[in-house]
Amino acid sequence: MKIIVCVKRVLDPQVKARVKADGSGVDLANAKMTMNPFDENALEEALRLREAGTAEEIVVVSIGAGKTEETLRHGLAMGADRAINVVTEEALEPLAIAKVLKSIVEQEAPGLVLAGKQAIDDDSNQTAQMLSALLGWSQSTFISELKIDGDTATTTREVDAGLETITVKMPAVISVDLRLNEPRYVKLPDVMKAKRKPMDKIELDSLGLDTANRMTTLQVEEPEGRAAGVIVESVSELVEKLRNEAKVI
Amino acid sequence: MSNLVIVEHDNNEVALATLNAVTAAQQIGGDIDLLVAGENCGAVAEAAANIAGVSTVKVADDAKFGHHLAENLAGLIVEVAGAYSHVLVSATTFGKNVMPRAAALLDKAQISEIVEVKSPDTFVRPIYAGNALATVQSSDSIKMITVRTIKFEAAAAEGGSASVETISGGADTGLSSWVSQAVSNTDQVDLTSAKIVVSGGRGMQNGDNFAMLHSVADKLGAAVGASRAAVDSGFVPNDFQVGQTGKVIAPDLYIAVGISGAIQHLAGMKESKVIVAINNDSEAPIFQVADYGLVADLFEAVPELDAAL
Ligand SMILES: Cc1cc2nc3c(=O)[nH]c(=O)nc-3n(C[C@H](O)[C@H](O)[C@H](O)COP(=O)(O)OP(=O)(O)OC[C@H]3O[C@@H](n4cnc5c(N)ncnc54)[C@H](O)[C@@H]3O)c2cc1C
Repeated sequence: MKIIVCVKRVLDPQVKARVKADGSGVDLANAKMTMNPFDENALEEALRLREAGTAEEIVVVSIGAGKTEETLRHGLAMGADRAINVVTEEALEPLAIAKVLKSIVEQEAPGLVLAGKQAIDDDSNQTAQMLSALLGWSQSTFISELKIDGDTATTTREVDAGLETITVKMPAVISVDLRLNEPRYVKLPDVMKAKRKPMDKIELDSLGLDTANRMTTLQVEEPEGRAAGVIVESVSELVEKLRNEAKVI
Repeated sequence: MSNLVIVEHDNNEVALATLNAVTAAQQIGGDIDLLVAGENCGAVAEAAANIAGVSTVKVADDAKFGHHLAENLAGLIVEVAGAYSHVLVSATTFGKNVMPRAAALLDKAQISEIVEVKSPDTFVRPIYAGNALATVQSSDSIKMITVRTIKFEAAAAEGGSASVETISGGADTGLSSWVSQAVSNTDQVDLTSAKIVVSGGRGMQNGDNFAMLHSVADKLGAAVGASRAAVDSGFVPNDFQVGQTGKVIAPDLYIAVGISGAIQHLAGMKESKVIVAINNDSEAPIFQVADYGLVADLFEAVPELDAAL
């Protein structure tokens, strides 16, 4: 089986996003960028499936220009076999991303697509579900456990009430949560090896898709901050303040 | 304008989060209809018809909707959505699972986790773990929306008198099957709607020590929450997690115990009215958002707090 893993380049999770003074967006100039953490979990799971003999080939796919390639190289260094970079300067919305991915999936015919459950920049949590819909495939989302047995996958989903187990028919699109696994660290020799692995570049325009955005961002602003609090000296002072000042207990 | 709100439920009761989505629909304006899809869900339809401000409740009662599998449910939503300008659902794991699927089938974008309605086509939504707020205008003919519950009051569950209409539709795609659900804490106060939440982090050291927090929570009528580190370490189940990738809550009082205050944790609780932090590291970032900070060893402070209540 071939597995496609969808990955996105995002602001590093340790870095606090800063809004641009003109309100046009978040300032990413010179900011530290990484592979979206959830996508690392997705790739890690694919690697484990290959190590277990369930998968033969892993292809990482990302859409974007410029340094998107770096993120794909990181995926290759983790152990993916090939990379596909759909090149565009546009910041596409999840629906458009799903259309692009659908076209790649149709070319590659994988048995499974894995993706992170959300990207930590726009926090949309849409792409996997949309891709699954467009392909007419089964979906399982927010998973923390995956077992593949022939043409069915058994997945444990992290839901608001606890854990839900569902089986899905393969081929499937599955979105993963952080507790699925612990992504491996990349070693220097792997980084060197990754440089020689194949990376296909496909111009977005060549796919002939309608990827027009449906939304216009009118403004991006910082949320209101919280007023500074106080340090209390003791538990009794805390209880007194909660009772008589804040009146919340 | 006309709104369709997808009702989240367990075939017995309407989930509270749906009431917040109804309020978002009220702010958009126009008629509000509800869609209840489930199996033997008559009680849900009845309750839904009592929600204030609702015109019609459409009920699809069929085994294929019993476990809310996304493939079957999305197909039904697509068939019903065409008559509406706005389709809304709560931004819970239920809504996040099915809504993008329905949106893509309709060739519409989804506007995720709105926190404010500016006008029928313009909404505010948080991005970057809530460190930025984007105002977005949608050009789609049907606006597919998930609603972040904490920013919309719950609509009144009583007082309405909607008509109930039985519908059929949607296919049993057979693409996925439900196996089981492990519900971890049925007797606990609901974390998302609790007025007071006591949360523990890695500083709790193990699951047994969470008994201290449960004891305090019981006295306050509070729910217990946790940081991701506490869940990852197996101290408590996943549904306790508060944050960017867990639950987003805004209780009147949030007590963070042994939690450092990472960006991703703050994303889930910084809208709380009053925040208390108990941490032995005076430099911990949680103190920057706390209204009351107590620099102390939690193993002394929490029992003391318990005794003082
Ligand atoms: C993509 C992504 C998504 C994430 N999503 C979430 C999320 O949804 N929710 C979430 O919480 N995190 C999330 N995280 C993780 C987050 O970055 C932090 O790692 C996590 O919140 C840390 O949990 P913590 O504060 O319990 O642990 P730590 O950061 O280890 O802090 C423990 C704190 O306990 C204090 N402490 C220790 N012993 C004592 C004692 N005896 N008395 C008093 N205080 C003590 C320490 O001083 C310290 O401040 C996410 C991370 C990523 C990358």
